[in-house]
Amino acid sequence: MVTPDLSVNIAGLHFKNPVTTASGTFGYGDEFLDFIDLGRLGGIFVKAVTGKNRDGNAYPRMAETPSGMLNSVGLQNKGVDHFCHEIYPRIRDFKTHIIVNVSGSTIEEYVEVAERINELERITAIELNISCPNVKFGGMAFGTVPAMATEVTAQVRKVYKKVLMVKLSPNVTSITDLAKSVVDGGADAITLINTLLGMAIDAERRRPVLSTITGGLSGPAIKPIALRMVWQVHKAVSVPVIGLGGIMNATDAIEFMLAGASAIQVGTANFIDPTVSVKIVDGIEAYMQRHKINSLTDLVGALRTE
Amino acid sequence: MTFQKVVQVLTVVHYNRLNGRHFIIDLQAPQPLPNILPGQFAQVLVPDSPGTFLRRPFSIHSVDFGKNTFRLLIQVKGEGTRHLSKLRVGDPLDVIYPLGNTFSIPVTKDVLLVGGGCGVAPLLFLAQFLKQHHVSPTILVGFRTKEEVSEIEEYSKYGHVLITTDDGTEGEKGLVVDHPIFQRERLDFKKIYCCGPDAMMKSVAKIARMHRIDCEVSLENTMACGFGVCLCCITPTDKGNERVCVEGPVFNINRLKW
Repeated sequence: MVTPDLSVNIAGLHFKNPVTTASGTFGYGDEFLDFIDLGRLGGIFVKAVTGKNRDGNAYPRMAETPSGMLNSVGLQNKGVDHFCHEIYPRIRDFKTHIIVNVSGSTIEEYVEVAERINELERITAIELNISCPNVKFGGMAFGTVPAMATEVTAQVRKVYKKVLMVKLSPNVTSITDLAKSVVDGGADAITLINTLLGMAIDAERRRPVLSTITGGLSGPAIKPIALRMVWQVHKAVSVPVIGLGGIMNATDAIEFMLAGASAIQVGTANFIDPTVSVKIVDGIEAYMQRHKINSLTDLVGALRTE
Repeated sequence: MTFQKVVQVLTVVHYNRLNGRHFIIDLQAPQPLPNILPGQFAQVLVPDSPGTFLRRPFSIHSVDFGKNTFRLLIQVKGEGTRHLSKLRVGDPLDVIYPLGNTFSIPVTKDVLLVGGGCGVAPLLFLAQFLKQHHVSPTILVGFRTKEEVSEIEEYSKYGHVLITTDDGTEGEKGLVVDHPIFQRERLDFKKIYCCGPDAMMKSVAKIARMHRIDCEVSLENTMACGFGVCLCCITPTDKGNERVCVEGPVFNINRLKW
């Protein structure tokens, strides 16, 4: 059999395979150089960048939960200046798509960061983060009200000339309303889902585990919700969907593609196995050979429901 | 100094239950060990434990580069460590190592190591290392009770050992900071290395400051990844929030907001 074609096209960008890594779970990529060849991945979504330095939330920021974890990091990063001058030069030559997750507290901040990232030649797309549940201002606030989601997307669209992806929050009543609203604002692709708002309690101490009381739930615990939302959004909009939420292996990745994801992100699984993303690439290829699928795009949204 | 990190399936080649709550395991690598120094830790994937989602971090207790083995000292605390306590010789174990920074090499021979409970774990490796550098430290180790006092003959190979127990059943009664050496007006140490519960390390740090002794502590913050990407294990330092798993676990107390 011929080697199957794992490449996918997202809004005009060619990805060698659909496996990418989720922002906030993969640092800036170089933390993984001891473990994997980044050139084997379709792309990497680097840690969120904001206008100014953010210290993030206080410790403790993490709670292990059944089949998952809660985090309340709070977008800790050193700001867009630091990213452009210190980080970009050291990651620009990775042989994969480097996509920057852009976040902010105000529309102006989103626009400012997007404008700066637009100047970076090797950054092929940005992912607008309107879905972080762990910051007081901005973040998820923009991602839960359709009119605000349209507005922030449209304002960034005016200054950002390359591929604009928008990452949606699952903490909404109607995910399709939000998806349509960011497409109206000019999004080229939609990423979903970000973490689900949750909390953990220490009964012995009668206290919350996280310093912020609530945090974002990730891991296999949220996979069924993510699959459902990817399926709904894929049917509701015409732009490509990048799916994530609890993907631990190639089978999970295939499930997301069947539900309608053109590409996938591996998130929390990177914490447990830093080589898992490459294993998923190999596993998808093995699945295609086993099912005699020549082109991966044939799988996207190919769920049989009759 | 940079360290090559690896994710490897190691083999359990030795298991010893020290007491009701603690055990040690020796893990053998399939190829020569990478460079490992005292203070570094390993992230262990707990096998056959669906309730344990994340890896569990443990300080490297000692290393035998000749046999390609290193030792972990583990306290049974929850479901993950309970599963690990059931490991047997010959079992495989998926481990990421070596992680984190290291204790600094002292510029003095007047060195005190202070460990409490499971916090003694990185200090045995440090004592071995110091011996190679012709430093014979004083090693103060605290335990809950006589039944948990263990590996004293090991520590004794590398320095002069002092013991405290909470209930006074062996050594001096009380916490490590209650030991008579700290009650003296002048302490004859120029460097303290410390690992244990936060409250204990903070008490030791206070004593070190009072006597103007340089002091390094090894923090045990909860973490998800262990190699610097989840940003969950941070501690406030003079450079903002730093990662205990990369910039630590060892910090000089002057850098911490203690």
